[in-house]
Amino acid sequence: MPLYIMRRLLETIPVLIMVAVFVFIMLRITPADPATILAGDNASSEQIEAVRGQLGLDKPILTQFFIWSGNVLSGNFGESFFFKKNVASLIAERIEPTVSLAFFTILLAVFIAVPLGVIAAHKQGSLLDKIVMGFSVLGFSIPVFVIGYMLIYVFAIWLNWLPVQGYQRIADGISGWALRLILPSIALSVIYIALIARMTRASMLDILSEDYVRTARAKGQIETKVLFKHALRNAAIPIVTVIGISIALLIGGVVVTETVFTIPGLGRLTVDAVLARDYPTIQAVILLFSFVYVLINLIIDILYSLLDPRIRY
Amino acid sequence: MTISRRSAWLGSVCALGMLALTPTVSAPAMAQSTLRAVMHSDLKILDPIWTTAYIVRNHGYMIYDTLFATDEKGDIKPQMLEGFKVSADNKTYTMTLRDGLLWHDGQPVTSEDCIASIKRWAARDSMGQKLNSFIDSMTANDAKTFTIQLKEPTGLVTLALGKPSSNTPFMMPKRVADTDPAKQIEEFIGSGPFVFKRDEWKPGDKTVYVKFDKYKPRAEPPSGLAGGKVAKVDRVEWRAISDQQQAVNALAAGEIDYIEQPSHDLLPILKKDPNVSILNISQLKGQYVFRPNHLHKPFDNPKILQALWYAFNQEDFLMATIGDAEYIKECKALFICNTPLASTAGMDGLLTGNAKKAQELLKEAGYDGTPVLLMHSTDLKILTNLAPVAKSQMEKAGFKVDMQSMDWQTLVARRAKKDAPSAGGWNAFMTAWTASDVQNPVATAYLNSACEKASFGWPCNAEMEKLRDNFAREPDPAKQKAIAEQVQILATKFTPEIPLGEYLVPIATRKNVTGVLTAPVPVLWNIEIKK
Repeated sequence: MPLYIMRRLLETIPVLIMVAVFVFIMLRITPADPATILAGDNASSEQIEAVRGQLGLDKPILTQFFIWSGNVLSGNFGESFFFKKNVASLIAERIEPTVSLAFFTILLAVFIAVPLGVIAAHKQGSLLDKIVMGFSVLGFSIPVFVIGYMLIYVFAIWLNWLPVQGYQRIADGISGWALRLILPSIALSVIYIALIARMTRASMLDILSEDYVRTARAKGQIETKVLFKHALRNAAIPIVTVIGISIALLIGGVVVTETVFTIPGLGRLTVDAVLARDYPTIQAVILLFSFVYVLINLIIDILYSLLDPRIRY
Repeated sequence: MTISRRSAWLGSVCALGMLALTPTVSAPAMAQSTLRAVMHSDLKILDPIWTTAYIVRNHGYMIYDTLFATDEKGDIKPQMLEGFKVSADNKTYTMTLRDGLLWHDGQPVTSEDCIASIKRWAARDSMGQKLNSFIDSMTANDAKTFTIQLKEPTGLVTLALGKPSSNTPFMMPKRVADTDPAKQIEEFIGSGPFVFKRDEWKPGDKTVYVKFDKYKPRAEPPSGLAGGKVAKVDRVEWRAISDQQQAVNALAAGEIDYIEQPSHDLLPILKKDPNVSILNISQLKGQYVFRPNHLHKPFDNPKILQALWYAFNQEDFLMATIGDAEYIKECKALFICNTPLASTAGMDGLLTGNAKKAQELLKEAGYDGTPVLLMHSTDLKILTNLAPVAKSQMEKAGFKVDMQSMDWQTLVARRAKKDAPSAGGWNAFMTAWTASDVQNPVATAYLNSACEKASFGWPCNAEMEKLRDNFAREPDPAKQKAIAEQVQILATKFTPEIPLGEYLVPIATRKNVTGVLTAPVPVLWNIEIKK
């Protein structure tokens, strides 16, 4: 297993190199110019050229790439064009809100979706099953921002139970931190609840018809134990896969959710950086996201072998 | 093992349940006198001399002060100055600073600081460059007095130093102002009514200012950007809420106190809220303009450009973008209506949507059907509908229009290109200026007609440049107005730009926020939050 993990980690290197090259090239061919944005609307051509020189964008693209990749290899992701801050520290400032949001979202999704899926499978064809499946279809169909605005209207403006927007750091108080994450987490988790619940139901339906489930019931095991101990564990591989994919997809989801709920996380940073063509920040954030994506895949693969001893690497 | 798993499940479920059942919002602890404002943009750059971005200008007004300032009536008054004297030959200005002016680090403001600040500003700003061309020398007579010696008389000294908008000549300590004008400053110490809290500045989240206790305001009541700048709140937080709907929601919920530029389409929601005030500040206006590119066909022909003056009508543009008659004003003047230089000279019959007349002019000009590449910005709501209206009105007049949609930043990059439209260049785009940027022929960037040295669009007209120079030289306001009228008449002949109407930019506040000033730039001193 350690060798397998090492090999997989080494495999991330060419992936990250490809991502780095792709992002670098894409940004340079995008029809916008950070120098003109930075210089402001009234800037003259000379002023824009001066800014371009200061940013190092007047150098040939290949030279720019070698300078940047050399810096990245030495752990230096450069300085943000706009924020005039080291990109690594900029990202470090934004990680907490995004990780908090992702954590709450996945927690909500798993704790709601898995039992719902199990119950729906157990009560296949019942009204409950139809409600769960109907909710799944709705969850897939409604965009995150629509759910977000609806939740804000009901719980923040109408009932005044929860804040409209914003984020409070953990260091400034746990209750404020948690309170401000409730609405965005619910908004973001709906689609994952739908996805995981459907997958759990489908996977459980396969398992519930297996002989060993029938045997467990015949031995007089209580139904909860049959469902959650015997059946769910054996149905877990596809469910874990979907949860893993959900975590990866969250990266896209937080961009919208953080914008709607004004959470200063990596999603907002990405949007701001893209709109401003802040190359160093975009490149670093995309590299980070890619690394997280690869890492999640690795964790899922490791989980497979823990859940099913027959799987060996 | 089973027990611990179950415990973990139960613990997590209980924790979530507790969170879900939390009954009310407990707002974070906050001082009573904190003004929480949502500005039109997030603050990312901090040097108001290095960039012309309006948000950085607004930041400048928070922490810096100016030698002169524009009052509510548009008159320029001494601000950091106790007063100034002009010699009989109008060539020597002696400026005297007020007593007790301090930088935020406690050091006194000196003449040397001001001279260094003027020099850095004059190296960046177009009006400053024009003023600089008249300046022979600047000398510090003592710590409080300095002299500006001119080569020849000009009316630009107070006009430029009292310029309200970007780049505003903010005063900085000499060690900061000595920074290369092409590079951004690294230290943010001013002598204005608020102190910038750099340690609390989190781009994308919030910008924080605290009251400068040692600021010495003028004795006069505040008027526009002039008079006593009294900070009446202890702390100001600019919250970075990029979603307009969310800013409005936050104002309604009392999570913020002030929105600098609420979107016009959301104003009906705010008007229904009894806890919200909508403030229409007469000076906070915008002006839409059409900017042609003079380098390429068909707009290298003034006669073809003339057809546009007849093809366009302002009402359609204003209704398509702002959509509320309360906030729009048709104004057939290059310089903002109701300001000293506003005039309708030369505008008879223009901007009336007279497609027939436009067609005749196009025929006379020999328009050969060359398509007009019109850049359409799609991501700034206040600009989005301009280009489709222009396309429609131009096509009615007989133009062939190739409207290409893009985000504003792509448009900004593309407009800097002098290439032919077929090679990545352009023929026209539309934008908006704030009123304070278009009040005289020298400050109005699009009237610069110095060919290659002019801004994007590169109009080339020696007569216009001569008139702008005459305006700069002329110290008599009555004669300046006459020159401004000549500028406008000439502009209708060769078309450096076309004004497409004006709109009000209201401010929204909670009802308990008072003291918002009528000024050409939204400023936050004098504002109080009633308990």
